[in-house]
Amino acid sequence: MGEHNIRNFTINFGPQHPAAHGVLRLVLELDGEVVERVDPHIGLLHRGTEKLIEYKTYVQANPYFDRLDYVAPMNQEHAFCMAVEKLLGIEVPRRAELIRVLYSEIGRLLSHLLNVTTQAMDVGALTPPLWGFEEREKLMIFYERASGARMHANYIRPGGVSMDLPPDLIDDIEAFCDPFMQVLDDLDTLVIGNRIFKQRNVDIGVLTLDDCWKWGFSGAIVRSCGVAWDLRKSQPYSLYEEMDFDIPVGLNGDNYDRQVIRMEEMRQSVRIMRQCLDKLRAPDGQGPVSTLDGKVAPPSRKDMKRSMEALIHHFKLYTEGFHVPAGEVYVPVEAPKGEFGVYLVSDGTNKPYRCKIRAPGFAHLQGMDFMCRGHMLADVAGILGSIDIVFGEVDR
Amino acid sequence: MSADLQALSDHIASSLGEAVEDRAIAFDELTIVVRREDIVRAATFLRDDPLCRFVCFIDICGADYPAREKRFDVVYHLLAPHHNQRIRVKVETDEVTPVPSLIGLWPAANWFEREAYDLYGILFSGHPDLRRMLTDYGFEGHPLRKDFPLTGYVEVRYDDGQGRVVYEPVKLNQEFRNFDFLSPWEGTDYVLPGDEKAKT
Repeated sequence: MGEHNIRNFTINFGPQHPAAHGVLRLVLELDGEVVERVDPHIGLLHRGTEKLIEYKTYVQANPYFDRLDYVAPMNQEHAFCMAVEKLLGIEVPRRAELIRVLYSEIGRLLSHLLNVTTQAMDVGALTPPLWGFEEREKLMIFYERASGARMHANYIRPGGVSMDLPPDLIDDIEAFCDPFMQVLDDLDTLVIGNRIFKQRNVDIGVLTLDDCWKWGFSGAIVRSCGVAWDLRKSQPYSLYEEMDFDIPVGLNGDNYDRQVIRMEEMRQSVRIMRQCLDKLRAPDGQGPVSTLDGKVAPPSRKDMKRSMEALIHHFKLYTEGFHVPAGEVYVPVEAPKGEFGVYLVSDGTNKPYRCKIRAPGFAHLQGMDFMCRGHMLADVAGILGSIDIVFGEVDR
Repeated sequence: MSADLQALSDHIASSLGEAVEDRAIAFDELTIVVRREDIVRAATFLRDDPLCRFVCFIDICGADYPAREKRFDVVYHLLAPHHNQRIRVKVETDEVTPVPSLIGLWPAANWFEREAYDLYGILFSGHPDLRRMLTDYGFEGHPLRKDFPLTGYVEVRYDDGQGRVVYEPVKLNQEFRNFDFLSPWEGTDYVLPGDEKAKT
């Protein structure tokens, strides 16, 4: 009997696969059940966002950012608006900053809830996503009550936010916090403490800190390797400097640590949200929610009907838009998935000359190849879930 | 912050010598322009020098300035987590001259360089696998170039008769409208007839 003719097996994972978290096509090269090589084919959701933005005014470009990471829309808007504001050199009123921080944290909850619970689904549990989606529904109603839209909010605008929160919304968000902490505890026992969840995730997809920097990883993945790198603390933007919160770090850099970190980050987010709500009620948290510079932010509807000046501003802002001084900036924010950056080049006109969107998911997905090598086929779905991919931002 | 950046900028300029063509600090961000052939040396220095330590790779992207002789900028963003600093490195190139790849330094450069190639047609020498990244299989052209039309050249639909997806030239029922909103009173540099008299 001669040697068996052993050959590697190549399979297609996706583009339509429930564990692919969107339209991802992975070409897997297998030796038996062990993954030898992973070649992700992306771009199936490519919409040419960056090209479209070059043909839109700054205000018209804003909604495209909702459609990147559509799980946590406002975090992206925040990055773009901060980039525009940096170029314009305008100050954002305190109340607007508080609302931005509040909604960025709601975005973090939205994203982490989806990720942690679908990770459980990827490794075989069907109940957690239902629990997670129930809470997400409540949070999306908070989005709707502030902006009018459940997901694609277009709420954060250059200069502030588009309108003030309705007064009872602040109370309702406060009322949401306590029961939500209970839900988190329940999820903790259901998912994080679960034996099967541990068996499928502990020591899978292990990374070292060196790998993380080299591969451009950020967010919970870096923190799972034991370093407290969070842009909200290390390069504070908006009002994060005032907020009191902790950064959870992991020790092992594996799938399990990343999910434990995300669970703890949700608790910290609720802590930040509570502080924001208190500050929004405080006397210095009152005031305008958008810059009073009429050349950037549109006038209120009421002013528009009575003041000629306001009417002219309104007309100019919604046809021509505002001009942004020439220059280039890179503005990163700590989005739920990692460092989301906007590299904005302006040539002094009313449209961006170049707007590069640095999506954390793009860098993370690239790491699939080296993270999956030597793992079993079944772990591919687990690793993919733990790096928290959303195709809106990967494909842009 | 900006004093630190100035010191860092001076340190990089003195260490790299003539490889640094230009440097500037604007909006609290440090930008250096590096000669194309020196980019690997400069990047190695930025990564390994104890005062720089830009170990974390952030981004590579292209930018198109068709009016220039070397029309493309390749823009690198790097992060030094130990010093909490960021830097932007730029290299100029044109359609035919390749830029040395940085895969040897940061494996993450792989996809980002593929993306720059896909969207701008910027070539990278030493890249093992310079395939298209985001656009369709078999796509022609480089969509983020300024001379590529927003609507593109082809559109796809599923053809029932042939039982497959077919590619056809783009047919627009209405011409793409790109309004020139730039007001003639600002943002222009030409002199309107009669304006020269106002100065005298």
